[in-house]
Amino acid sequence: MKDNKYFLDDRPEKISYSEVWQKFFNWARAKSLWVVAYGTGCGSIEIPPMVTSRFDAERFGVSNVGTPRQADVLIISGYLAVKTLKRVIRVYEQMQSPKYVVGLGACTVNGGMYYDSYNTVNLVDQYVPIDVFVAGCMPRPEAILAGFAQLMKKIKEGRADGWKQYLDNLDKYRKNQEKVIKNWKIPNYNW
Amino acid sequence: MWYKILYGLLVVVGGLAYGLLLGGISRKITARLHGRRGPTVFQNYIDLIKLIRKKTAISHGTMFFLAPMFRLLGGIGVLLLVPIVTKSAILSNFSFGGDLIVVLYFMVFGCLGMALGAADSGHPHSALAPTRGLAQMAGYELPFLISVIGLAIAHNTVSLGTLVSAQQGGILHWNLFQYPFLSIAGFIAMLGMYMAYPFSVVMAPQEIAVGPPTEYSSTFLSFMFTGRSLFGVGKYVLFMDLFLGGATNLLEAFVKTFAIFLFVVFITGVFPRYRTEQAVKFFWTYPVVIGLIDFIRIFIK
Repeated sequence: MKDNKYFLDDRPEKISYSEVWQKFFNWARAKSLWVVAYGTGCGSIEIPPMVTSRFDAERFGVSNVGTPRQADVLIISGYLAVKTLKRVIRVYEQMQSPKYVVGLGACTVNGGMYYDSYNTVNLVDQYVPIDVFVAGCMPRPEAILAGFAQLMKKIKEGRADGWKQYLDNLDKYRKNQEKVIKNWKIPNYNW
Repeated sequence: MWYKILYGLLVVVGGLAYGLLLGGISRKITARLHGRRGPTVFQNYIDLIKLIRKKTAISHGTMFFLAPMFRLLGGIGVLLLVPIVTKSAILSNFSFGGDLIVVLYFMVFGCLGMALGAADSGHPHSALAPTRGLAQMAGYELPFLISVIGLAIAHNTVSLGTLVSAQQGGILHWNLFQYPFLSIAGFIAMLGMYMAYPFSVVMAPQEIAVGPPTEYSSTFLSFMFTGRSLFGVGKYVLFMDLFLGGATNLLEAFVKTFAIFLFVVFITGVFPRYRTEQAVKFFWTYPVVIGLIDFIRIFIK
């Protein structure tokens, strides 16, 4: 099994650039956000109106992309069951840094109306670093766009560093993840 | 001569800037057709800057790394061989006596590299896409070759420079009007080459994610993006040389390539998508029959 190099087991290294370049690239990152929208719950119904004619997120440079490899932003849209959390972690780790996560709805903040379910993950923040929460049940596309504006501001200021925190505190996050996911069978690092 | 290399670099950089701008304009027009505001026309530049500096940590094998280079090389090859402005020192590029044959080769080269890389990346979607892509290529190559070889026989040359100079002296001397049926076949084949909407089954957004580059990210994708932009501009210029009488100055080249670009974009904006076998069937019937009318006329003459 050892020589079987299907997955890269090395931990990803961090990037560091000079201040000026960093600002320039942060500007570009903020202006071009490619979204992979993971429809975990009812929130996913608000994504299609956001990207189509009525609300048109593309005018801010936000466009949909079908694959996590090319995506910058992961939208977790709604409550997470334990089973779904596993998929979210996998999708998140397949994305290439720098990457950002937007949590939609009250459910991602604290479990929302499903907070006392046996199967719902209440504090998503403990398993995957979330840069922007959009509160509401459900948040309308306007609210999501406002959340994206917030995210862009954070990226421009260089404060959207959830992905760095994830790398720094990987052991902590992994421990939390393994606590709820009993049968942990996904490869350790699949980026 | 050494300064030729400098000219080549100039053309590649200029071509890239123009290609990215055209991509942005195409996104804007498509958005307006949908009734949206759409991104800025400079969105593709921003996307490219972002992609270059995204981290990449995926390995799928040698071909996976080589494919973006193939794609880029195909784009540069086409752009550098077609004369953009004839009789200009810089913009006539590396055009020579048999350039049409080499351009035809380079046009397949990029697609082939893409197919190999996509097959190596091991994702089911990107393995599915080349089978569709190569089938569609077999479809549009037939009408395209009929139209190109028809022109070559009619003008008795395989040099793009000679083809352009044969079309000088007024609009009616253009191949578009001299050989209208060959032109129709050629332009329909062009829609297939650009994977414009009735023939978009290769990339097939919403159906097989993003097609061949599903596993490609970051810098790899930026190379592909660059290659595609250059390839796009190269093909616009090729079609300008083949059918619209080439260009004698830069402004003319801009206007003519932009007109061809608008033709592709407006068709893309309003059509739904053919399945693979429907696309191939379409290519092998209508444009071939239309093209053959002129082809036979050339032989009888």
